[in-house]
Amino acid sequence: MKRWLLTLTIVIILVTGGCTAAPTEEPGTTGPRTLRIMTYDSFSVSEEVIRQFEEINNVTVQFLQAGDAGTMLNQAILSRDNPQADVLYGIDNTFLSRALEADIFEPYQAKALNNIPEALRLDAQYRVVPTDYGDVCLNYDIQALTEAKLPVPQSLQDLTQPEYKGLLVVENPASSSPGLAFLMATIGVFGEDGDYTYLDFWQALRDNDVLVVDGWDSAYYSEFSGGAYSEGTRPLVVSYATSPAAEVYFSEEPLEVPPTGAVTAPQTCFRQIEFAGILKNGQNRDLAEAFIEYLLSTDFQEDIPLQMWVYPSNPEAKLPQVFTDFALEAEDPVTVLAEAIEQKREAWIEAWTETVLK
Amino acid sequence: MKKSPSKLIPYALLSLPLLFLFFFYFYPLAEILRASLTWEGGLQLSALLARLAGPPTLKVIGFTFWQALLSTILTLVIGLPGAYIFAHYDFPGKSIFNALTTVPFVLPTVVVATAFTILLGPKSPLNEALISWFGFSHPPLDLRYTFGAILLAHVFYNYTLVLRMVGGFWANLDPHLEQAARTLGASPWQAFRQVTLPLLMPSLGAASLLVFIFCFTSFGVVLILGGPHFVTLEVEVYRQTVNFTNLPVAAGLSLVQILITLLLTLTYSRLQSGLARPLDLRPYWSTQRRPQTGGEVALVMGNTLVTLLLLTAPLLTLTIRSFGSGIRYYSALFENPRSSIFYVPPFEAVRNSTRFALITMLLSLVLGILISLGFLQADKKSVDNEQSQKTWLLDALFMLPLGTSAVTLGLGYLLAMGRPPLNLRGTPLLIICGHTLVALPFVMRSLLPALKAVQPSLREAATTLGASPARVFWEIDLPIIWRALAVGAVFAFTVSMGEFGATSMIARPELPTIPIAIYRFLSQPGALNYGQALAMSTILMTVCVTGFIAIEFLRPPGVQSF
Repeated sequence: MKRWLLTLTIVIILVTGGCTAAPTEEPGTTGPRTLRIMTYDSFSVSEEVIRQFEEINNVTVQFLQAGDAGTMLNQAILSRDNPQADVLYGIDNTFLSRALEADIFEPYQAKALNNIPEALRLDAQYRVVPTDYGDVCLNYDIQALTEAKLPVPQSLQDLTQPEYKGLLVVENPASSSPGLAFLMATIGVFGEDGDYTYLDFWQALRDNDVLVVDGWDSAYYSEFSGGAYSEGTRPLVVSYATSPAAEVYFSEEPLEVPPTGAVTAPQTCFRQIEFAGILKNGQNRDLAEAFIEYLLSTDFQEDIPLQMWVYPSNPEAKLPQVFTDFALEAEDPVTVLAEAIEQKREAWIEAWTETVLK
Repeated sequence: MKKSPSKLIPYALLSLPLLFLFFFYFYPLAEILRASLTWEGGLQLSALLARLAGPPTLKVIGFTFWQALLSTILTLVIGLPGAYIFAHYDFPGKSIFNALTTVPFVLPTVVVATAFTILLGPKSPLNEALISWFGFSHPPLDLRYTFGAILLAHVFYNYTLVLRMVGGFWANLDPHLEQAARTLGASPWQAFRQVTLPLLMPSLGAASLLVFIFCFTSFGVVLILGGPHFVTLEVEVYRQTVNFTNLPVAAGLSLVQILITLLLTLTYSRLQSGLARPLDLRPYWSTQRRPQTGGEVALVMGNTLVTLLLLTAPLLTLTIRSFGSGIRYYSALFENPRSSIFYVPPFEAVRNSTRFALITMLLSLVLGILISLGFLQADKKSVDNEQSQKTWLLDALFMLPLGTSAVTLGLGYLLAMGRPPLNLRGTPLLIICGHTLVALPFVMRSLLPALKAVQPSLREAATTLGASPARVFWEIDLPIIWRALAVGAVFAFTVSMGEFGATSMIARPELPTIPIAIYRFLSQPGALNYGQALAMSTILMTVCVTGFIAIEFLRPPGVQSF
C-alpha cells in the first residue's frame, strides 16, 4: 500500500522539480540582454570562449541547435520575418546561395574580415563571413591496404580500377553533407559535358561495386573498416581530411600514428567553407555585430579545430598539436561555384540517383 | 432543440482534448501548409497535382503502403504467439521479459543500425559460423540494405505493440467461453477461430492500426537500414523540404500521407464499431497460470527464446559493446576534456529525459481518459447511428498526428508557436505537448477496447446504489481498465523517451536529453565517441526498463489487481 505513495511522491518531486528548474524565458529588462545563436546539431564550442564574450559585452549567449545544416537553413528561411535567433552559424558553401537568395542576412562588413584569405570570402556583399573550412576527402584503412598490397589511390579515377572493386563506401548526396560534397568534387573534376562526365565516372564506380549509405555515421562506423571502433569491412570511405587526427585524439589508448589516412592529392577533395551571418529582423544588431567580430578573432578561431575538427578561417589562429601532427589539408581542392550548386543541386542529385541507385 | 444536461457530458469531457488537438496539431499544420503552398509567389495547382499524380510519386506511395502492410502482417504473425503466452501463462521473469521487448521502441535508429550491422552483416557470428562449417569463401548472408532488413527492423520495433495490446486484452477474456466451445466438440482451432478471435478483434485491430501507421511513416529504418534504394513518403517529404526547399511539393506529399492515414483510420473505426462489445472480463489471476505439462513449458520457453533471440540479441550486442573497454566509455561520459559548452552530464540527460517522459505520460493519460470516456458517453447516448459516426470521425482525428510527417509538423510549430496567441517557441512546454500529441493515439487505442468491454450493467448497478459518476469510474471502470491504462502509460513514456516526431526539431540545447547526447557522440569520429554513444544507449535502455517495471507495479489505493 505504501509503494504507490512512494512512487507518487517521486513522480511529483520530479515533475515539480522539472518546472522550477526549467530556465525562465525572456530575462527581465534589468539583467543582461540575451543574444541567440542558431546553429546545427553537431556545432560545439568551449565554455570559456563563450563566457569571455559574455563578460566583455554583458550579455547572455543562448544557442539554439536546429537539426542538421539543411534543416537549420529551412527553419531560418521559414521564420525570417520572426527569427528565432540573432546570428546564424554554419551555412556551408553548398547551401550558401539558397540562404543568400532567400535574403535572410543583414549585410555587415566585419573589421576582422581583413585577416581572412580572399579565397574563403565568397560573398562580396558582406552578408556572411567565413568562419572555418574543412576538406571532404577519401579516408583509407592503412592496415587493410598494406595487407592487400594496394597503393593509396591518388586520383578519383583510380577508384574505378579493378583492384579497388568493392572497397569504397560513400554517403548518399541526397541525405548527407559530405556525400553532397563528394558529388561536387566529382562534378568539378569530370564536368557535365564531354566524353567522360561525372555520370560516366559514377557508372564506373557503380560497376566497381561502390556502396552507398544514408549518412556519415553509417558509412564511417558501420561500413568503413579503418576507424579504431569501426564495424565495417570496406577500407575506403568518404570522410574528412581531419578524421585521422580525430582518431588519434579520441583513441582509448594513446596512439603514435592514426589507424587511418586521408587522401589529399590534387583534385580529389571538396572544400566545405562555413559561414555565419546576422539574421534579418533580429533585435540585437549591436551585439550580433560584436559576436561576428568575435567569431573571427583568434580567441574563438583557436577553439574551432578541437571542437569541430575543421580549420579556422583566420590564418593567425594557432593550431593544436594534434592538428599540426596528424591533420592534413587538401593540396588543390575542387571548386564548384556556389550559384551553380544552388541552381543544379536537384538536377545533379536526381541524375546521380538515376545512375547509381536505379 | 434543448439538450438535457446529460447529453452535454460527452462534449464537456471532449472539450479539453479537442482544444489540445486544435492548438497543437491543426493550427501549426494549417500554418505550415499555408506557408508552403504560397511559397515563392504562390502555388501552381496543376503543376503540383501533376507531380503528385506522376509515376515517381505513385511509386513512392505504393512502396510505402506495401512495406507497411507486409511489416504489419509479419509483426502480427510473430507477435500473436507471444500475446497468447503473455495472456495465459505466468512464469518467472515475465515482467522483465515484457519490459525488454518494449526497449526497442525507444532506441534511436542509428544505434539499432549498428547492432543490426553487427548481427546481420558480413562479420556476423552467423556468417562466421557458416564460413567455418561449410568453408564459404564469402559471407553467405548479408541482410543489410535489403527489403528484408526493413521488415525485420519493423518487427523488432513493433513486436511490443502486439504483445502488450493484444496480450493485455486477451488476459482479461473469460477462458470459460473457449472451454465451453471445446466441450461442445469444437477443435482447438475452431474454438479459437469462432470464439476467441472475434472477441480479440478490438485489440487486434487497434494494435494493427498502430503498427501500420508506424511503419507507414517510417523514416530512420528505411533511410539507414534499408539504404538509399528505398524511399517512403516520410523520407521524400524530408528530402523535398531539407535538401531542395521544395516546400509546395513537400506539403502536397505530407497531405497525401495525412489523407491516407485518415482514410485508413476511418475504415478501421467503421469496421471496429460493430466489433466492440461488453464482455464478462476476468482478472488476470484467474486466467493465468504456471505452465504445467512438458508441452506447456516447452511452448513458453520456446517462445521466450525465439523472442529473446529476435528482440534482445541486438540490445545485448549494444550492451556488450558498451563494456568493450571495461567501464572506460562510461567514465568518459563524466569528462569534458574539451570543455565544450554543449557537454551533457549523463545524470542531467537522464533527469531531463525522465522528466519529459513522466509529464508526457501524465498529460496523455489525463487526455486519453477524457477522450475515451467522452466517446463512451457519446456512443451510449446515441440512439441512432448518426451520433456514433461523429465519434468515429473524432477518433480518427486524434490518430492523425501519428501519421503526419515530423518535418512538416516541426516546421509548423516553428511558424505557429513563435507569436501570440501561443508564444511557446523555445519552451519545454512545447516539447511536452509535441510528445503528448504522438503519445495520445497509443493511450486511446489501449484504453478504448478495454473501456468498451466493461459491462454497462455494472455501472448502472453502481449508479442505482447511489454512486456519483466519478465514483462509478473510480470503483468500476478504473480497476477493470487499469492494465490497459498501464499499457498506454508505458507507450506514452516510451514515445517521449525516444524523442519521437516533430519535437526533434524543437529540442532545447539547455535541456539535453539522452537521445540528443547519443546523436552528439555519433557525429564525430574516434573510438571514444562511438563508445560513449553505446554507453549512453545502454543507459537509455536501463532507464526505460526501470520505468516500464515501475509503471506495471504502480497502482492507486483501492484499485484492485484485475
